[in-house]
Amino acid sequence: MSFLDPVKGFGVTFATMFKPVVTEDYPRNPEPTAPRWHGRHQLNRHPDGLEKCVGCELCAWACPADAIFVEGGDNTEEARYSPGERYGKNYQINYLRCIGCGLCVEACPTRSLTMTNEYELADDDRQRLIYTKDRLLAPLLPGMEQPPHPMRLGDEEKDYYVRGPELVRSRGAVRSEAQEQGAHVEPDGSVPPLDSPTGGLAEGVPPGAGTAGTVPRGVTPRADGR
Amino acid sequence: MTQVATPPAAGGTGDGEDRPVPPGHVRLTIDGITVDAPKGELVIRAAERIGIAIPRFCDHPLLDPVGACRQCLVEVEMGGRPMPKPQASCTQTVGDGMVVRTQVTSPVAEKAQRSNLEFLLLNHPLDCPICDKGGECPLQNQTLANGSATSRMHEAKRVFTKPVPVSTEILLDRERCVLCQRCTRFSDQIAGDRFIDLLERGSSQQIGINSDEPFQSYFSGNTIQICPVGALTSTAYRFRSRPFDLVSTGTVCEHCASGCALRTDHRTGVVMRRLAAPDPEVNEEWNCDKGRFGFGYLHEGDRLARPLVRDADGQLQPASWTDAMTAAAQGLARARDDGGVGVLTGGRLTVTDAYAYAKFARVALRTNDVDFRARRHSAEEASFLADRVAGVTPSTGGPTYADLEAAPAVLLVALEPEDESPILFLRLRKAARRGVPVFTVGAVESRGSRKLSATLLPALPGAEADLLADLTADARPVVAGAAAADRNRAGQLLRASGAVVLVGERAAETPGLLTAVGRLADATGARLAWVPRRAGERGALEAGALPGLLPGGRPVTDPAARAHVEQAWGVELPARPGRDTAAMIASVLARAERDERALGLVGPAPSPDLPRPAESPAADDRPAGHGAVGLVERVVETVAGSVSGAVHHLRDLVTGEHEDAAVAPGPQAPAEPGLAGLLLGGVELDDLPDPAAALAAVAATGFVVSLEIRASAVTALADVVLPVAAVTQKSGAFLDWEGRHRPFDAALPTPGVLDDGRVLDTLGVEMDVDLYTQTPVAARADMARAVPPAPAGGTSPGTAPGPADARRGPAGTAPRDGQGFVLVSWRTALDGGRLLDGEPHLAGTARPDVVRLSPRAAELLGVGDGAPVQVHGPSGGTVTLPLQVTAMVDEAVWLPGRIRATPLVALLGAGSGDRVRVRPAAGGEGL
Ligand code: SF4
Ligand code: SF4
Ligand code: SF4
Ligand code: SF4
Ligand code: FES
Repeated sequence: MSFLDPVKGFGVTFATMFKPVVTEDYPRNPEPTAPRWHGRHQLNRHPDGLEKCVGCELCAWACPADAIFVEGGDNTEEARYSPGERYGKNYQINYLRCIGCGLCVEACPTRSLTMTNEYELADDDRQRLIYTKDRLLAPLLPGMEQPPHPMRLGDEEKDYYVRGPELVRSRGAVRSEAQEQGAHVEPDGSVPPLDSPTGGLAEGVPPGAGTAGTVPRGVTPRADGR
Repeated sequence: MTQVATPPAAGGTGDGEDRPVPPGHVRLTIDGITVDAPKGELVIRAAERIGIAIPRFCDHPLLDPVGACRQCLVEVEMGGRPMPKPQASCTQTVGDGMVVRTQVTSPVAEKAQRSNLEFLLLNHPLDCPICDKGGECPLQNQTLANGSATSRMHEAKRVFTKPVPVSTEILLDRERCVLCQRCTRFSDQIAGDRFIDLLERGSSQQIGINSDEPFQSYFSGNTIQICPVGALTSTAYRFRSRPFDLVSTGTVCEHCASGCALRTDHRTGVVMRRLAAPDPEVNEEWNCDKGRFGFGYLHEGDRLARPLVRDADGQLQPASWTDAMTAAAQGLARARDDGGVGVLTGGRLTVTDAYAYAKFARVALRTNDVDFRARRHSAEEASFLADRVAGVTPSTGGPTYADLEAAPAVLLVALEPEDESPILFLRLRKAARRGVPVFTVGAVESRGSRKLSATLLPALPGAEADLLADLTADARPVVAGAAAADRNRAGQLLRASGAVVLVGERAAETPGLLTAVGRLADATGARLAWVPRRAGERGALEAGALPGLLPGGRPVTDPAARAHVEQAWGVELPARPGRDTAAMIASVLARAERDERALGLVGPAPSPDLPRPAESPAADDRPAGHGAVGLVERVVETVAGSVSGAVHHLRDLVTGEHEDAAVAPGPQAPAEPGLAGLLLGGVELDDLPDPAAALAAVAATGFVVSLEIRASAVTALADVVLPVAAVTQKSGAFLDWEGRHRPFDAALPTPGVLDDGRVLDTLGVEMDVDLYTQTPVAARADMARAVPPAPAGGTSPGTAPGPADARRGPAGTAPRDGQGFVLVSWRTALDGGRLLDGEPHLAGTARPDVVRLSPRAAELLGVGDGAPVQVHGPSGGTVTLPLQVTAMVDEAVWLPGRIRATPLVALLGAGSGDRVRVRPAAGGEGL
């Protein structure tokens, strides 16, 4: 046993000090995720603000982790949330269960359900990790109107689906589709490149609720202020 | 495909060519398997029996074959020659030497089926995500299994407006319909309500209704269940869940004594829907809309969650179970020692719960004052039930559903099966369609009896017994005319072996009728069955919840029976029969009146011939709201005006001709103090013979304990309210009208919610007696100890003969001047009862309230169909409803048993059999 033994191990430490770092400066300076990163889900909207979800429960059916709970509801003339007869009245995703597989997104027949790149899904409260519809719905962009309201893009639901892209363009927006991909959309409807300062990440949660990419990183503010 | 060895277990399949073909059978091969099939069997059924499923949409085993959808095409070879085209196996009957190749072995059949599927999908919308059938849709399943993944259809699809409500309960989406005609065939062949039919031709062919005739059938919900696509859906279940969300439990319907097997589907603790479950012995594959949709009451806001105890200020306060049990036990014990406690169980209990009440009354309250009959009843009825009904089950030879189909004739007495036992009605209709003659004794040729092609043997209420006596007499008076011919034919057919007489609970309203029914059955040898309206009555009878009967239907007065029960229960039983429902209420009121007089609150008892105080508030002014609410409003007036008014009324009931619910005078000696307490199971005061008197009685009783699932007129007046489990939350069994045991499990077992048996068991412990009814299983075992193994049906001694002075009903044929009309009435199936609360869509399919008069009577009054007509009752109350001219006895007027959820007796002061006056509302001479 040599007298140098107690400090020998520090050799590695000293050597590493002069190599480039591999860790990330999270949470002060988070790196953008890969563009198709499976983050928090989002329920998208039609260009007039009506919800795309029809409450069909196919996502819940597809989910291998039984993380989704959906209850359908009946649109009426007085209270319309989506084009057509049916809308998702109650929608919940349990992030304690979700394994991020994305099968739900594949199952969704209306492209209502997509995933954003937001990955900060940790909490010390189980209840808050069950995301309800109000936290999953995409934010209203300019030109959108908070449902319930009548169909603005046509007389019947077919107009929304069959002539969807055309209607979107006629309203001068590419943003809706970009937003479905979880991309950040500027208020003018343009989509910034991925390596831009906003990181090309999704906007999807009201400001201050810890949105990746849009809020300056730091200690993520919490909705309840704790 | 190679020859498949015949599975030996598969019924009807032969071992090979060497075995002889059984007589009446033919031998064919299906996919290489040799099958012996009865002549006339359909190929699709024969294939099913050997485990080959041929796809189908329109085929239904209980409907006539139609061959509408063409999905079941198979290749058929007859006598070595192939038929030129694939054949529909649901219309093709088997033939000797036939060779059938299904999609399993024949590429031709497989291609035919695949192409047909593509054809059916030509105009089918891409609705699966928003379609309520999605996940359990035969079309979806077959498309997923055998259809092509892409569509070749690029043209525009046919569109219709959707959805169209065909009734408040049913929505029709014509785009999804595959025109299989299951719905129309069901409505036509099974229910007989041909409201829904095929309209138009070619590609605009569609299902539809007459625009001014909604799909108003008591059985319409079945069409939703058998529609093979989502074209017919239910308003109540619209968009509520998917099949994979649901937890299904086999249950039994609590709405009537038909005993339908149901499937209760719930999601997150809430019942989402109920479906008919198949039970070939009972409901086949059907049920009625009441059983299917009538479960909203389970989730009503007025469900009781905690026990309530009345505090010193007279307010009901939530209490712990311990406190409530102590209060109830102490109060009941005090009342028991101070004059006794009467027990009314209501007619909706399971067998074991009814048994718990029957035992609690005898063991803890030491009385025979227990009665399950919350309706008009009589002592004659009690002895009829003891002699001829108790203990009769299908296993002891009682008539069954299947027997109706084979009967040479069926006679209905005081029974309107479509309203009072809908699945019995469907089975009768099936029998009638097979040629079984149905006779019905009554005054009205109802829509139900027309659908049964029933022969009406006309008799006014009160005169039915005479008519039955005519049928009983061997040498009938020679009277000419069609009516006499019908009677003769009925009399003859009833003497053929296997004939069935079905008597309804309303027979108790006519003195002498049940005795006459018994005599008729004895004289003709016809088999007899009693059909109550409520699900729990038959079970309560077996459980001994009657003042004169012990469990097993043995009379209390029989020392041997008593000794047997005493040994089983380990207590001494009161030997004297108790009071029935009416007598209990009379006893309470008499006591209250005496107490009042003792306190000098009222003068001497007014003599009965004084004009009756106006204790029936102007009933027609009352809001059309709920009966219970109306009742509570009435209690204020009734109680404020002292109970004497109600006592008068009751005296009228007992002495006058109004009510024959015989108050057994025997057990109630004048010196007795009268009941000091009441224990009420789910009793609805509006159902009792005199709601006002019942309300006054409950208000005046010293101590009232109520076991209820929802707040009611009774719980508002009770001293202790104990919440009990609804039928979905408990297990148990009902007995249907046949006496068949219909066990069920809890669909929504809820911790902390106790059934009546458990509550009474605990209450018993508080009163130092053991009931052994903590669970339905324990209660059944205890009941088995108290009931002798041999059935007691038909042999019990001690039968009291029916009242000899049976009131002879009027036999006239036209309203005689000054006498008015005879009121005929029964409760329709959907009449706003409390078990129908919480389901407005179902209530919307109720038949509109009408007055019925015969064409002759309408002519005399100078009114036509639809004209408003006023009916005046003896209490001064008036009912105004549109007229529906109906084939019926000229002297009778028909009204529904409840009008906007208020019982007729509360509106008119009259019930079936009473005289009322009828006047055109537009003015004019009345009769
Ligand atoms: S991502 Fe996968 S696990 Fe998560 S909700 Fe969707 S299907 Fe379920
Ligand atoms: S998110 Fe999509 S799959 Fe899920 S219920 Fe809504 S429409 Fe259906
Ligand atoms: S009827 Fe069946 S196939 Fe048609 S839309 Fe509904 S679920 Fe789909
Ligand atoms: S509505 Fe349903 S049951 Fe009726 S014909 Fe159409 S598919 Fe058949
Ligand atoms: S099932 Fe045979 S034609 Fe429809």
